[in-house]
Amino acid sequence: MAVFDPVKVAFFVEVLVSGLLSGILYALVALGFVLIFKASGVFNFAQGAMVLVAGLALVRTLNWLEAHLPFWLALLLALSFAGALMTGIAWAVERFVLRKLVNQTALALFMATIGITFVLEGLGQQIFGAQVYKLDIGLPRDNIFALESLFDGGILLNTLDLWSALLAAAIVGALAFFFQWTRTGRALRAVADDHSAAQSVGIPLTRVWFIVWVVAGLVAIAAAAVWGSKVGVQFSLVYVALKALPVIIVGGLTSVPGAILGGLLIGAGEKLAEVYLGPSLGGGIEHWFAYVVALVVLLVRPQGLFGDRIIERI
Amino acid sequence: MFYREAGHFRDNYQADMALFPIREDRIGVSLLLFAAFVAVPLLHLARIGPFSGDYLFNAILIPVLILSVAAIGLNVLVGYCGQISLGAGAFMGIGAYAAYNIAVRVPGMPLIGTFLLAGGVAAVAGVLFGIPSLRIKGLYLAVATLAAQFFFDWCFLRLGWVTNYTPSGSVSAPALVVFGWEADKPVERYLLVLTIAAAVAWGIANLVRGNIGRQWMATRDMDIAAEIIGIRPVEAKLTAFAVSSFILGLAGALWAFANLRSWEPYAFSIDRSFQLLFIVIIGGLGSIVGCFLGAAFIWLLPLVVEAVPRWLSIPISADAAANLTLAAFGVLILLTLIYEPHGLARVWSITKHKLRRWPFPY
Repeated sequence: MAVFDPVKVAFFVEVLVSGLLSGILYALVALGFVLIFKASGVFNFAQGAMVLVAGLALVRTLNWLEAHLPFWLALLLALSFAGALMTGIAWAVERFVLRKLVNQTALALFMATIGITFVLEGLGQQIFGAQVYKLDIGLPRDNIFALESLFDGGILLNTLDLWSALLAAAIVGALAFFFQWTRTGRALRAVADDHSAAQSVGIPLTRVWFIVWVVAGLVAIAAAAVWGSKVGVQFSLVYVALKALPVIIVGGLTSVPGAILGGLLIGAGEKLAEVYLGPSLGGGIEHWFAYVVALVVLLVRPQGLFGDRIIERI
Repeated sequence: MFYREAGHFRDNYQADMALFPIREDRIGVSLLLFAAFVAVPLLHLARIGPFSGDYLFNAILIPVLILSVAAIGLNVLVGYCGQISLGAGAFMGIGAYAAYNIAVRVPGMPLIGTFLLAGGVAAVAGVLFGIPSLRIKGLYLAVATLAAQFFFDWCFLRLGWVTNYTPSGSVSAPALVVFGWEADKPVERYLLVLTIAAAVAWGIANLVRGNIGRQWMATRDMDIAAEIIGIRPVEAKLTAFAVSSFILGLAGALWAFANLRSWEPYAFSIDRSFQLLFIVIIGGLGSIVGCFLGAAFIWLLPLVVEAVPRWLSIPISADAAANLTLAAFGVLILLTLIYEPHGLARVWSITKHKLRRWPFPY
């Protein structure tokens, strides 16, 4: 009797890989959270709504332009329109909300981002429509079988998922470069470290906040493009934001690699839990599994895997 | 002019400790209670103006009163003890389903006993999920309470015995019978809810100015200092979680039994938690009056936003109305946070101040 039944192992690997791939998508949303939290200490609940608005803007302009222009030009224009829109939102948020709420408590800022969420959801759906839109940005979406020599029949993979993994890796690389090597990136890190010290050496706080919201908006476009190609652009994208909360708790609130690793852990963990523990508990446990993991992490290691130890002793 | 604190001479400790030491406050509260308990039902019986139909009771008064009770419960935790919770809706749900199960499984249990037991069950759950607050605080605690929200949402949906194995997952409340009096008309349910709301407001107003309430507030203001002057943070925080969840559970049972009558798990989702948090923030953290003002504001706002195009006779589709309501709601929340971060309770105290000074400028 074989301990490692190849069929079971192949199934396990398949579940694991699909979990990891949805984890990448969580990580993309979590990245936006982490960026804003690092730079301004705001727990940005609106990230999910930003993904929704970015996705709606992208898909609607793309579908409209496709009829008149070659595909690559339409895609480029749609992406730039979404980018311009996210920049506008970042400007409005900084100018009309954050600037007026300087020195308020973290709770007030958090509530303000919930208010922003409502505004974005309401106006976004009013302007761009509220149906489910199919998004096709030209990524291949065939199924392939990998590792056929190792397992009977191989492991079923979707090329779309592999492309999104590559995209996420590219974004993380670009962000790491931006934070580590550019002048603006250094300013962002300085602000994250100490607001008043950064201000006293002449870093303009308001401009840094604006930039970081723009970057978070661009990350939201990437997340929307990937999620949208997978499941269509629809309102439920907002709920992905709620999944990103446990991801950043696990990874650490202030760490970009933490967000990625946390996303992978949560994505893989909840898929495995659903498949292997779900049937005995009545199914559907992936809705709360991530939060319970976050709860355990909070009790054992409150700063998360890679976060800074900022939690005071109580 | 209308209102003054000077000239009230108290010659015993009881008068000094009274809940409303100022005569004008006492008169005002008595008038308000008289209007709510006697005048409104009489106007309903006499079929005068907006009080004649059931709409006012079903759509406005009963929900607002129950949400006020729930907001008082959440305010104990967030406003008085300083622990952020995003799981208020789940604790209301626990109260609702506990009340349903007690009513179904224990025949002959009086309604008040059902409600109190439901609150007790919610309190136990609240203490369990309050344990992380001993180690973490702030937004980290918010994520921990979010875990409670999603876990209990799942329980209501997937655990068969919670809904007594109802195939659709939707359950109906039994008749509301209090000491042989059946409250089935809207005005009767309104009186039941009003009585409970008044009792809860009175009880919590007294609790927060006593020993335990001062422990909560000291913990909120600075936990280390509170510990040094001899307050046990464990006790203070866990009692806050227990009292808060008890009232939320009671409010949840009322919401299910007196307002919805038959409900689905969605009634106690995360949206309810956010709604309660908004009520508490916009009403004013750490204020009982604020809970009532905030509940009225949050409940009436969507109704008004929907009604405005109708008054101006602008044709607008239902979808657009829903979207615009959402956006207007967000804008109003932002405006409140920016211009009156202390909430409607501060507006109320400014009004009182103005009444005191009028007609003099200062």
